[in-house]
Amino acid sequence: MDLNDLYRDVIVDHNRNPRNFRPMPDADRHAEGFNPLCGDRLTLFVKLDGDRISDVSFQGSGCAISVASASLLTESVKGRTVPEAERLFATMHALLTQDDAPVDVPSLGKLGALSGVREFPARVKCASLCWHTLDAALHRQSEPVKTE
Amino acid sequence: MSTATAVPVAPAGALDVQAIRRDFPVLAQRVHGKPLCYLDNAASSQRPQCVIDAVSDYYETSHANVHRGVHALSQKATDLFEGAREKVRRFIGARSTREIIFVRGTTEAVNLVAQSYARPRLQGGDEILVSRLEHHANIVPWQMVCQQTGASLKVVPMTRSGELDFDAFRSLLTDRTRLLALTHVSNALGTIVPVERFIAEAKRRGVPVLLDGAQAAPHLRVDVRALDCDFYGFSGHKMCGPTGIGVLYGRESLLAAMPPWQGGGDMILEVTFERTTYNDLPYKFEAGTPHIAGAIGLGAAIDYLETLGLDRIAAAEHDLLEYATARLAGIPGLEIVGTAPHKAAVVSFTLRGVHPHDIGTILDTEGVAIRTGHHCAMPVMDFYGVPATARASFAFYNTRDEVDRLVSALHVAQEMLG
Ligand SMILES: Cc1ncc(COP(=O)(O)O)c(C=O)c1O
Repeated sequence: MDLNDLYRDVIVDHNRNPRNFRPMPDADRHAEGFNPLCGDRLTLFVKLDGDRISDVSFQGSGCAISVASASLLTESVKGRTVPEAERLFATMHALLTQDDAPVDVPSLGKLGALSGVREFPARVKCASLCWHTLDAALHRQSEPVKTE
Repeated sequence: MSTATAVPVAPAGALDVQAIRRDFPVLAQRVHGKPLCYLDNAASSQRPQCVIDAVSDYYETSHANVHRGVHALSQKATDLFEGAREKVRRFIGARSTREIIFVRGTTEAVNLVAQSYARPRLQGGDEILVSRLEHHANIVPWQMVCQQTGASLKVVPMTRSGELDFDAFRSLLTDRTRLLALTHVSNALGTIVPVERFIAEAKRRGVPVLLDGAQAAPHLRVDVRALDCDFYGFSGHKMCGPTGIGVLYGRESLLAAMPPWQGGGDMILEVTFERTTYNDLPYKFEAGTPHIAGAIGLGAAIDYLETLGLDRIAAAEHDLLEYATARLAGIPGLEIVGTAPHKAAVVSFTLRGVHPHDIGTILDTEGVAIRTGHHCAMPVMDFYGVPATARASFAFYNTRDEVDRLVSALHVAQEMLG
């Protein structure tokens, strides 16, 4: 196991300077995610323009993996349609959990930096929390999302 | 703080740690290519070879069900099992083995008292008193019994240093208080609670006391008669014994008046469909085939700890605590959470800019095992306004070198993410 594979530069950067880290008072959707085991807690806000995600932001606290993952999520889903975001969720899920997932990592851009997480099973939930939370927000789920 | 002046000198006549480490086969391994540095003893300790041997010898030579057969093996197994009960009795200074009930662990001990002692007695308006320092195992069973009976749960507040507020405790004791359930040592912070004072005050008000001894039994000399507590629970796996075995000590007069908790074999004298006569203590509370091997392993663990000497264990661990506290305090940005003057060898901390979960992962790749998270004490985390801490917890087989490795690994974490 190589730590540098987990904490790649992109991840360290997004942890130190999370993008779109702000509340969104006029959000159309929002959802909360909570990982009770390590105490990661985040709220994800989404603004929709028809079927398109016109803005997305998050707030909360968590480990470097969960903060960087949420930050990268916001950058990558902004401007996408809801079905596109859902497909990306499925892809990320495969990337994080399946050993030989049929994922074209370079096509993911910066999100590909999370591919090292798979080697650290205890950390997979940190990386996927924001994606489950986005899914809940898009589906107007009112119960907070929990990963344990 | 200058670490050079703060680091205390190891006491003379101490335990031979290197010899002791050879008793623990698990400690000899490498993790991610580094020698294992196991600093998660508050979650669960490791086992010496003699405990492992006691369990496997039992299965190889002596296993049969207990308290039933007339045959030789059953007698042998029963003798070993009851022998272990006697060792536990001596270990905690109980009057009689009738007061020693084998359970799965501290959690089950608390649940047994909640359901069998408290539940039949509680009425709406009654109060159970716990403290802010408790492990969830000494909170949730009381919440459940309060829900079942309409009683309410009162909480003794804590202070910034991680101690309990004694004056607040006194004012929370009312004539509706039916039980005080208190931790002896905090697992999240290491605070050694001066339980004697709390017990004396509770007794003055006629309130019985349960102590959660999960973190105390492995590290302090426990004498339930000197403490004058009514119930005392602890877990084998935190004191070099097997998992799945633990002890509930109960004052005989209270146990005798309590109804059984679970029904089944072993806890009865006579069963007809009209009526069942329950067995005597302690069997009344041990329904079904018990964890025989676990009890025997726990007996072996007690023998081992007593051979080393609880006082010498406490001294060795205190030395590690002082050394670790001084070394960790020297790391810029590190804040120790829980600074009571009397602590077991537990250091909870946060590191500026590095989340505890990341500390845990980075330390693991350096071979250093610690616990990160809420330590099953979420109210304690809430008190400090942190979602989690990193916690290093030491046992007598740990060394100052291992503390140094913890410190270097923390520097790695800081360089990487801080
Ligand atoms: C203070 C305290 N109480 C109770 C428990 C629960 O013990 P067990 O899980 O062995 O039942 C623990 C273990 O983490 C503890 O540290």
